[in-house]
Amino acid sequence: MTFTRMTASELGEKLAAKEISSVEVTKAHLDRIEAVDGDIHAFLHVSASALSTAADVDSRRLAGEAMGPLAGVPIAIKDVLCTHDMPSTAGSRMLEGWTPPYDATVVRKLREAHLVPLGKTNMDEFAMGSSTEHSAFGPTHNPWDLERIPGGSGGGSAAAVAAFEAPLALGSDTGGSIRQPAAVTGSVGVKPTYGGVSRYGAIALASSLDQVGPVTRTVLDAALLHDVIGGHDPRDSTSLRDEWPVFADAARAGRDGRSLKGTRIGVVKELNGEGFQAGVRSRFAEALDIMSAAGAEIVEVSAPNFEYAIAAYYLILPAEASSNLAKFDSVRFGLRVNPAGGGTVEDVMAATREAGFGDEVKRRIILGTYALSAGYYDAYYGSAQKVRTLIQRDFDAAFEKVDVLVSPSAPTTAFKLGEKLDDPLAMYLNDITTIPANLAGVPGMGLPMGLAPEDGLPTGMQIMAPARADARLYSVGGALEALLEDSWGHTMISQAPALEPTEMFAARGGEV
Amino acid sequence: MITTEQVAHLANLARIALTPAEIDKLTGELGTIVDSIAKVSEVAGPDVPATSHPIRLVNVSRPDVPGATLSTEEALAGAPEHDGARFKVSAILGEEQ
Repeated sequence: MTFTRMTASELGEKLAAKEISSVEVTKAHLDRIEAVDGDIHAFLHVSASALSTAADVDSRRLAGEAMGPLAGVPIAIKDVLCTHDMPSTAGSRMLEGWTPPYDATVVRKLREAHLVPLGKTNMDEFAMGSSTEHSAFGPTHNPWDLERIPGGSGGGSAAAVAAFEAPLALGSDTGGSIRQPAAVTGSVGVKPTYGGVSRYGAIALASSLDQVGPVTRTVLDAALLHDVIGGHDPRDSTSLRDEWPVFADAARAGRDGRSLKGTRIGVVKELNGEGFQAGVRSRFAEALDIMSAAGAEIVEVSAPNFEYAIAAYYLILPAEASSNLAKFDSVRFGLRVNPAGGGTVEDVMAATREAGFGDEVKRRIILGTYALSAGYYDAYYGSAQKVRTLIQRDFDAAFEKVDVLVSPSAPTTAFKLGEKLDDPLAMYLNDITTIPANLAGVPGMGLPMGLAPEDGLPTGMQIMAPARADARLYSVGGALEALLEDSWGHTMISQAPALEPTEMFAARGGEV
Repeated sequence: MITTEQVAHLANLARIALTPAEIDKLTGELGTIVDSIAKVSEVAGPDVPATSHPIRLVNVSRPDVPGATLSTEEALAGAPEHDGARFKVSAILGEEQ
């Protein structure tokens, strides 16, 4: 099997056994990027030092240094995360070419665990979007169909793993930016409990919602990566001090046991109805049957306030974003545009922000400024914060009855590039399934659920657990993944079309 | 009802020199979006407390001991303009001020 088709877990084991070298593995992925990324455009920057980093890991291993399970495995990093040796643009002209003077904590942890950074992945500008079309550097294309969106904002990370350009990637999830791209690219993504993973060095979108997490092709790989990046960070004042279990153990137990006996699974009534594509609903129903056959108790639960989640989110997020993005003032870093005829520092700031921000960023900053302005604050931002309380209460009530909640990760399969670009509201409504978890801070996982019969494109299952119970995602997700693959006889991602440069519009693979 | 005057004022507050065409377009878009999200006030009664943060946290403090910081060179490395020790900007005050 070629290195690029192997999981991170398999690569890690063969690297540890010295059967293969990190240089070989890294070279294979750089070659793959070279071959297919012209079509996919998952990467904004490819590291010039990946091979030397890999060689260093190999020599340390040969010298007998103790190393973690992912040492020597390559990884792609969402461009929202600061890297001291690569530009970090967050998909914006505002930060084009900017190299931060420090690493995000999660990036430091990757380096300390001897993973090999391959490069930085494309995203909607400042993580505002659900399609990666709002990147200032052009969209990413879905490896399953190059004319379709890879989801967003982390479309680059999801496409990179789905196109076998990287076995692992990091993403960030403010309202679904890890889980929705996972759904439409047939990959796995996890938004950890808020505070479970450090936000230090993650360019902030909405600080009370943002969370960094793993993007992979298997549940076990996500767990292994979560084990590397999680834990308390004194540099993030919202970082939890919890001791976390080993998530890889939970994933392996779920996979090996293939049993959900005694697990109470709640189906969120409000996240599986009108507006959900037929093929998404039929795959979801099949997955529920499989879980039921494996011993799970499936019950329907109602979360009546989820109806208001999108409205609350699109007040809270712009409000926080308009404050966070005030730092882009043309003084300390990033773009500066001097208006014709000169002007004061405020004139320079306004000209810079006009030139440096794209349409969606401007839209949300103006919306946030509106929501926070005197006279509207109580009606909009104040009410949205109350809705947040109601949504947390819905989760609390549901988790008294069940161990995990499930829904489709996204209401539809990947839509066509350009389809929703001129209709911001339609784009926002796409986030209905994923937003509640961010508002409540609970963890969520997206994993493959099968291809929709009508279009042959991936659908995703979302699993949500109570805050701090991330391990449940991995045990339930590990079991479901194994049970689904047993029923199909193969992995879902193995059905993705080949992406040789000469076959850029190759026919889609067979039905799962 | 959001007006173009309001959007122009918000753009000024947010320090974005929007063009008149952008202000027109945003006025329509914001109207549609605000109509859709205004429903938060339907359920948010006076008896519901506000939540600003998903997980209950207490403020964090630490002893005020100097630690590693960026060097001047590192801090200035990404600046659009500097003089080797300080960030350079254009005039803070306009002529009328």
